[in-house]
Amino acid sequence: MKDYLDQLEAEAIYILREVAGQFDRPALLFSGGKDSICLVHLALKAFRPGKFPFPLVHVDTGHNFEEALTFRDNLAEKLGERLIVRKVEDTIKAKNLQDGKGKFPSRNGLQTYTLLDVIEEFEFDACIGGARRDEEKARAKERIFSVRDEFGQWDPKKQRPELWNIYNGKIDKGENVRVFPISNWTELDVWNYIKREQIELPSIYFTHERECILTEHGQLMNVNEFVQLDADDVIVKRNVRYRTVGDMTCTAAVESEAYTVDDIIKEIKETKISERGATRMDDRVSEAAMEDRKKGGYF
Amino acid sequence: MELLRFFTAGNVDDGKSTLIGRLLYDSKSISTDIIETLTRQSKSTGVDTEIDLALLTDGLRAEREQGITIDVAYKYFTTEKRKFIIADTPGHAQYTRNMFTGASNADLAIILIDARNGITDQTKRHSIISSILGIPHILICVNKMDLVEYKESVFEEIKSDYLKFSQRLGLKKISFIPVSALAGDNVVKSSENLSWFKGESLFKFLENVPVVEENDQKEARFQVQYVIRPQTDELHDYRGYAGNVLSGSLRKGDRVQILPLDVSTTIEKIEKFQIEVDEAKEGDPIVIHLSEDFDVSRGSTIVKLNELPNSDNLIEATICWMDNKAYQSGQKLLFQQNSFRSKAVIKELEAKIDIHSFDEVPSDGTMNLNDFCKVNIKTAESVSYDSYSRNRKTGAFILINENTNNTVAAGVIH
Repeated sequence: MKDYLDQLEAEAIYILREVAGQFDRPALLFSGGKDSICLVHLALKAFRPGKFPFPLVHVDTGHNFEEALTFRDNLAEKLGERLIVRKVEDTIKAKNLQDGKGKFPSRNGLQTYTLLDVIEEFEFDACIGGARRDEEKARAKERIFSVRDEFGQWDPKKQRPELWNIYNGKIDKGENVRVFPISNWTELDVWNYIKREQIELPSIYFTHERECILTEHGQLMNVNEFVQLDADDVIVKRNVRYRTVGDMTCTAAVESEAYTVDDIIKEIKETKISERGATRMDDRVSEAAMEDRKKGGYF
Repeated sequence: MELLRFFTAGNVDDGKSTLIGRLLYDSKSISTDIIETLTRQSKSTGVDTEIDLALLTDGLRAEREQGITIDVAYKYFTTEKRKFIIADTPGHAQYTRNMFTGASNADLAIILIDARNGITDQTKRHSIISSILGIPHILICVNKMDLVEYKESVFEEIKSDYLKFSQRLGLKKISFIPVSALAGDNVVKSSENLSWFKGESLFKFLENVPVVEENDQKEARFQVQYVIRPQTDELHDYRGYAGNVLSGSLRKGDRVQILPLDVSTTIEKIEKFQIEVDEAKEGDPIVIHLSEDFDVSRGSTIVKLNELPNSDNLIEATICWMDNKAYQSGQKLLFQQNSFRSKAVIKELEAKIDIHSFDEVPSDGTMNLNDFCKVNIKTAESVSYDSYSRNRKTGAFILINENTNNTVAAGVIH
C-alpha cells in the first residue's frame, strides 16, 4: 500500500498536469507562504526537466513580510522561472480606491481588484492556488477546478459536478478557473510533506523573538509601520512564529518554541486551535465571511 | 500511514451530519475556536443539544438557513493509523447528482438508517447509486439506537431487511453497525448500552477496514496528460509523456500499443521525478519515453501489447443526467475519460433505471436532472476503455455540453 503522502502528491501532480494540458494561459498564484511553496515543489516534480508551463504570479498587498518577499525573489531566480508581481498599492492609485482603515488596516478586500486586473492583463484562463479545504468551511465546499465567471465570482449553487479524477476545465473566453491541487491536504499533511521533501521555507515560520501588540482577543500582532499604535496598547516581546504568512496587518503570530520542522509538527499535533482561528483576523467578521469574499472574486 | 476515502449518505434527519460531527469531535479533530463558533451558532438555531454538530459540515449560508446539506463537503481527520477523507453528501433526492459526485472515488460508503424507520426510499437510492459506482464496501449504520431502547431485535430486523433488498444489487461487501450519533454510543467507543453487539465501534471499523489494494495483476493502463519537451540545447531530443499510471504496472522494455493511433513500440525509459526507474506502479506519476517517435499526444492511451483494452466509438453505458436542463435529442456533447476528449452524441436512450427499485423501464425519450439511463453513445474518435466493473479508472467518463461547457452527465461503461 502506498503511503498517504505519495497518494496526495500523485493527486496534486495529476491536477497540475491537467492544468497544463487543458489551458492556454495558466498561472500559479505564489505568495511566499508554505502552501504555495509546496505547489512550486510539486510543479518541479510534474514538469522538470521542462520549464513550468505557467509563470508565478504574486499579488503584493504592500503589507507582506520582508522575509516572504525575499524568499519569493530568491526562489524564482534559483529556479529560473518567470515571476510576475503586481502591487495593490498601484491598483489603489489607479482606481482611486479607499485604502484599508483603522488600527489594523486590511487590504484583504482590495487585493481582489489587483488579482482580477492581473488576470485580465495577461488573459490568464487558469489560476492555480494553494487553498485547502480544511482551512475553512466554505472552502470545504469548493471544487478542485472552480469555475469563475468573467467577474471572478464563485457561485456555490452553480458548481460543476466533479467526479473521479476527471476535470472539466472548459470555459468561454473571459472566464477563468481557479485550481486547487492541494485541496485534500490538511495543515499537518503540508508539514509532513515539507519534512519528507526537505523543502526550504521563509524564516518567520520558525520561532524568533518579536515585538508584538497583545490584542484584547489575546492575539499577537506584529508591530510595524502599517499598524496604528495607541497609547494604551500592550506591547510585549515574545518568542513567536507564524502559522500562516498573510498580511502583517491581519495575520497574528503564535507563541512558539519550534526551531525545526519536527518541532512544528509536534506543536500542531498538540494545539487545540485551528490554523485560521489562531491567526486570521479577516475570518472573524461573520460566519460566511469567506463565502462572501469568494463570491466577490477572492481567491 | 494509509489513506481511506469514504462518503456518508443520509439526511440531517438520519443524523448524518451529527455522526460526522461526532467522529471529528470525539477523535479530537475539531479545534476549540471552531467549537466556540458552533456553540454560538447552535444557540441561534435553537437545537437542544449542547452543540449542534451538524453545523460543522453545512458550510454554506443556504445550508445553514435551510438545515439541509446541498453540496458535498469534504472533511478530514487523522488517527495514528490512517488519514481519512470524508465526502459528506446530501441525502435529498433533488441533490442526487451532488451525492453521485461525492461518492465517485470513495473506497467505502456509509449509509445511515434511522432505527425507528428502517429501510426507506432514500436508503434504496443511496444503495443503488453505490452499486452503480462500484463502491467496494458498504457500511450500514443503524443510527438513533437510543430511540428504540437499544434493542438488538430492531437492529437484526433492519439487517435482514437490507440483505434481502440488496441481493440483486451485486454489492461487493456489506457490514452493519448500530450507533447513536447524538449520544455517542458505539461511534468512537464501544457502548454499554449496545453490549449485545460484538463488532467494532465505527471508529475502530474505519481504522481497520481493508483499503482496496492496488492490483498489480490488473492490466496496465496509462494515459498521456502532457508532453514534456524542454527544447533546450542540451535536451534537444527530449520528448517525455507525462501522466499517472492508471492501473497495473509498466516496465522499461515493455512492448506497448499506442491508442487510438494503433501503432506498437517499446518503452525505452521510465522516469519518476527525473530519476530513471525500471518499473512504475498504479498511481505513480511518471514520464515515459518511447523508442520510436509517433504522434503521441494528450489523451493517447499506452497499454501492453498482450493486454489490449476495448477500442470502439460506440459505447454502452449507464449515465446519471446532471444538468438542470433536460437532455435534448441530438445534443452536441464532449466525451471525457481522464485526459481523453472526443465529440460525441447519444445515439439511443435504451432504458431508465428506477432508482428506488433498480428496475429498468423502457425509455420514453426524456432524460431529466438526476435520471439514471442506459444509453448508447457514439464518439467521433475511438475510445480505449475497459468495463467499469473491471476497471474504475478506464470505465468512467463525463459528458460536457459543448455549448454551455457544463458537465451534464457522468457515466460508467458496461
